[in-house]
Amino acid sequence: MNIVRNHILISIDAGTLMAGARAVEDALIKELTKYGLDKEVSVLETGSLGITGRGVVLVVYPEGIYYADVTIKDVPELVEEHLLKGRPLKRLILTEAPKRTIITKEKTGLLKEQPRIVLKNCGFINPENIDEYIAAGGYEAIAKALQTMTPEDVVNEVKESGLLGRGGAGFPTGLKWEFAIKTPGDEKFVICNADEGEPGTFKDRLILEGDPHKLLEGMLIAGYAIRATTGFVYIRGEYSLSIERIEKAISDARSYGLLGKNILESNFSFDIFVKKGAGAYVCGEETALIESLEGKRGHPRNKPPFPINAGLWGKPTLVNNVETLANVPEIIRNGAAWYKGYGTEKCSGTKVYTILGHVATPGLIETEMGTTLKDIIFEYGGGIREGKAFKGALIGGAAGAFIGPEMLDVKMDFINLREYAAALGSGAILVMNEDTDMVDMLKSVLHFFKHESCGHCAPCRLGTAKLVDIIDEIAALKGKKEDLERMVEITQAMKNASFCPLGQSVSLPVSSALKYFRDEFMARVS
Amino acid sequence: MNTIRLSINGQVVEVEKGSTILDAAKKANIHIPTLCYLPEVQAIGACRVCLVEIEGIGNLQAACVHPAIEGMKVHTNTEKVRKARRFSVEMILSNHPMECLTCARNLNCELQKVAQELGVNEIRFAGEKSKGIIDESSPSIRRDNNKCILCRRCVTVCEAIQSVSALSLQGRGFETQVMPAFENGLGEVACTNCGQCSLVCPVGAITEKDDTQAVWDALSDPTKFVIIQDAPAVRAALGEEFGYPPGTLVTGKMLAAARKLGFDRVFDTNFAADLTIIEEGSELLKRVKEGGKLPLITSCSPGWIKFIEHFYPELLPHLSTCKSPHQMLGALCKTYFAKKEGINPKDMVVVSVMPCTAKKFECTRPEMTDSGYKDVDYVLTTREFAKMIKEAGIDFRNLEDGTYDNPMGEYTGAATIFGATGGVMEAALRTAYELATGKTLEDIDFVQVRGLNGIKEATIPVEGIGDVKVAVAHGLGNARKLMERIKSGEAGYHFIEIMACPGGCVGGGGQPIPVDARIRTLRAQALYSEDKSLKYRKSHENPSIKKIYEEFLKEPLGEKSHKLLHTKYTPRNRY
Repeated sequence: MNIVRNHILISIDAGTLMAGARAVEDALIKELTKYGLDKEVSVLETGSLGITGRGVVLVVYPEGIYYADVTIKDVPELVEEHLLKGRPLKRLILTEAPKRTIITKEKTGLLKEQPRIVLKNCGFINPENIDEYIAAGGYEAIAKALQTMTPEDVVNEVKESGLLGRGGAGFPTGLKWEFAIKTPGDEKFVICNADEGEPGTFKDRLILEGDPHKLLEGMLIAGYAIRATTGFVYIRGEYSLSIERIEKAISDARSYGLLGKNILESNFSFDIFVKKGAGAYVCGEETALIESLEGKRGHPRNKPPFPINAGLWGKPTLVNNVETLANVPEIIRNGAAWYKGYGTEKCSGTKVYTILGHVATPGLIETEMGTTLKDIIFEYGGGIREGKAFKGALIGGAAGAFIGPEMLDVKMDFINLREYAAALGSGAILVMNEDTDMVDMLKSVLHFFKHESCGHCAPCRLGTAKLVDIIDEIAALKGKKEDLERMVEITQAMKNASFCPLGQSVSLPVSSALKYFRDEFMARVS
Repeated sequence: MNTIRLSINGQVVEVEKGSTILDAAKKANIHIPTLCYLPEVQAIGACRVCLVEIEGIGNLQAACVHPAIEGMKVHTNTEKVRKARRFSVEMILSNHPMECLTCARNLNCELQKVAQELGVNEIRFAGEKSKGIIDESSPSIRRDNNKCILCRRCVTVCEAIQSVSALSLQGRGFETQVMPAFENGLGEVACTNCGQCSLVCPVGAITEKDDTQAVWDALSDPTKFVIIQDAPAVRAALGEEFGYPPGTLVTGKMLAAARKLGFDRVFDTNFAADLTIIEEGSELLKRVKEGGKLPLITSCSPGWIKFIEHFYPELLPHLSTCKSPHQMLGALCKTYFAKKEGINPKDMVVVSVMPCTAKKFECTRPEMTDSGYKDVDYVLTTREFAKMIKEAGIDFRNLEDGTYDNPMGEYTGAATIFGATGGVMEAALRTAYELATGKTLEDIDFVQVRGLNGIKEATIPVEGIGDVKVAVAHGLGNARKLMERIKSGEAGYHFIEIMACPGGCVGGGGQPIPVDARIRTLRAQALYSEDKSLKYRKSHENPSIKKIYEEFLKEPLGEKSHKLLHTKYTPRNRY
């Protein structure tokens, strides 16, 4: 067997691909071959290393040194210095590199260590290789479920774990599964909602790109638990790498007998198909998603009936978010009690966040529920870029809430944030520095809603347009004080009257912006 | 348990399982305003006018779609509800052109009505209005999307009832517009011109193409000899425009009004309906005896003709070659009548008053010029005709009953029931039976083919021929089902009647608004009662029909008939 002294893991995700990751990878192999190092140093592809906006990112093991902004011009020097001479190339080292623990709860005193459940394999294994997933303990959970648990046991385990849906609303996953198992029906469906559309959110994409089999395993377990026969991954059409990888994962899983008939020689048969969305924000709403999946225009359906009773083609349908399903294999493998060891009392487990905006290291992190916003921004995100002061953040995407500095010590979880009239939502944390114009921020959020309102109901279709009219006036210094009250009145009415959560949620960014940054708005109106 | 008990405003209501809150409220005589909701067509909860408060649910719910649930407590008149309903209407009005005074639907507008009902007396929200297209590409239908409130009734009626799907939503959110796919005009796509969209539109966004000015121009031109003809269904509905209850027959006043408007001759499309029966009945017997293409399918509904041309061109040989009655009459006006009266057909203008928008298109077809001129110059809908009567200051309700002119006014009961679904079939059976057997038909009421069932079937034993199997469909969705049965070969029908509009012409796209099942039934009843009241009830007994064959046409399916009364069809694409 060949002894490999160094492993270079290169992050292949949508961002690094655009920065030329594949060219860097080719150059690395070529350069290593030139020095005859190609047998000693192995270059491997992996999913996101958690760092975004920093060009091509790679990590060299066993040292665990992260390099960012690597271009093909840097490759000869990198190979010669680090891999030939053993001297890390200082100018490219990413000093703020994230660390993480892997599902063990080691307390090392370093806040930057992330307890990783969902992202356990991201940045470690090659997402396109099913064997690597299996080697990392993959598909053990479905085997355990099939061989030692009844579907009811699985539902109870998930219920017991306290897992809350990670799509944004935080509905108890186990409860949803319990409804699904109790709904009679000869045919049931599991849909993975991978139509990630909240601005600033890309966690699901990186999970899909970094560990697609984890999602498949989660869907298999859900399918077994609710006695479904077919699963669908409804995924944003723009997520081309995710689509490529999930499709490869499905085809590999089929060839290993992990999808299809009589999985692992059990009586359980299940298959998964991918359906690409066409980019409408509203299709992240589960009933609009189902309409779209059926080939119709993406408009929400009235609830009731809920999808769990009458969903896809009128059949009982379980819709879960990517991150929710990616938690499931570890819950089944390690048990609910283990899972509850993470997070807060009411909100167990971890949360995957995307941190972006004016932070030093934007990217993807996973931390325990209950981590303070301050730690997320200042520890994991490396603080505010260029030494500026923190002004505020938008949490949970456009349908989320603005917060000010007074909220930094709030513990982040679904339940706790509700008390502050905010929401964890999609887990996007958009950080803003002292120079940020909050009127402009709200303007951009409201333009987003106007653009993305599907048009089905009058309050949302027209209310979002009126809000844009008003905020444009305010931004152009033509607004009046009454306009601020009018915005609140419109969003409150939309909250009461709109058909679906899209229109109902516009009140959150508006009221929170006016709550925390009222002075700034007052200064703009006459 | 097949019933559900819930309380609305503290009042306990018991309803059938599957009922909505709106159904329950109706049962309890509690009024909930609606706008996008339309019984028989759609319930989508989009306008958010029928909002109600349900205890235990934070957001307000649309009564038209929310199911009634055992034990639920509903409130329809709380401050939260009133505010939200007003907000929805205020929002819609904020994006409306407010051209009420010049709008075709002024005073018959559901948006006006609901705004008034909810006490919206101020438009507080100014700002940008969405830019709607005005689609004038169709000779039948005019659409002004600036007036559209996106209730989507037109989309649903076109797709779910008519199975045509010419209209759908294009664009998203504030930019959403109802339009044919790829932003084509209605005149450029597979639209049947049936006009059901104009019937269900709550506002003035979809109307017939207005041809009244052209008719006024003809009437004011002293060099023109202007003839009017009225379709059977018009007399059963026109009264509604003048405050009569649905189902009031106003034949005499209709004829009198036409004369008062200054038309030179008042003929009756019913005369041509009798003629159609002679020609089509003969065609049926010929096909049965000589082994022609069966089933024979009627051709008097131009919406249906365009439908089969687009969607089932392979079945076109099944169609009767008869023109629709008013086109027959138009061709005869400019030939037979012109010659008889010594009028140059060039100076003749034929105006048809129809319950129909598709006939506006039909009269522009190049096939409809067999007289050497445009056989029918203008088609007015019942609504347009009423508008002209009003504009002329005619006191419709106090008119003395008028009469039609000869030689093309006399008609039988068989002709007048053309206006109701099954009427053409019944009329044809009355005549075909006697033509085939030479015997007198005693029981002439074929009630099996009457009524509003979507598809009606009957088997009539005819001596010498055997059992004649017939079917009747109304509404193009039902027509599509019958066409599929023909294609699959399972049917074995001899004769089929199809009308594009639900209920037949009484529910035509050009009829007074509103129309629903009750109103269709009442209008049909008016026609059946006229049938009963008439001296002649079989088309071949019409003395004027006998006369025109003696004087001019000579024989059914003869040379002149072939030239003037029959036509050809055009296969069309679907896209």
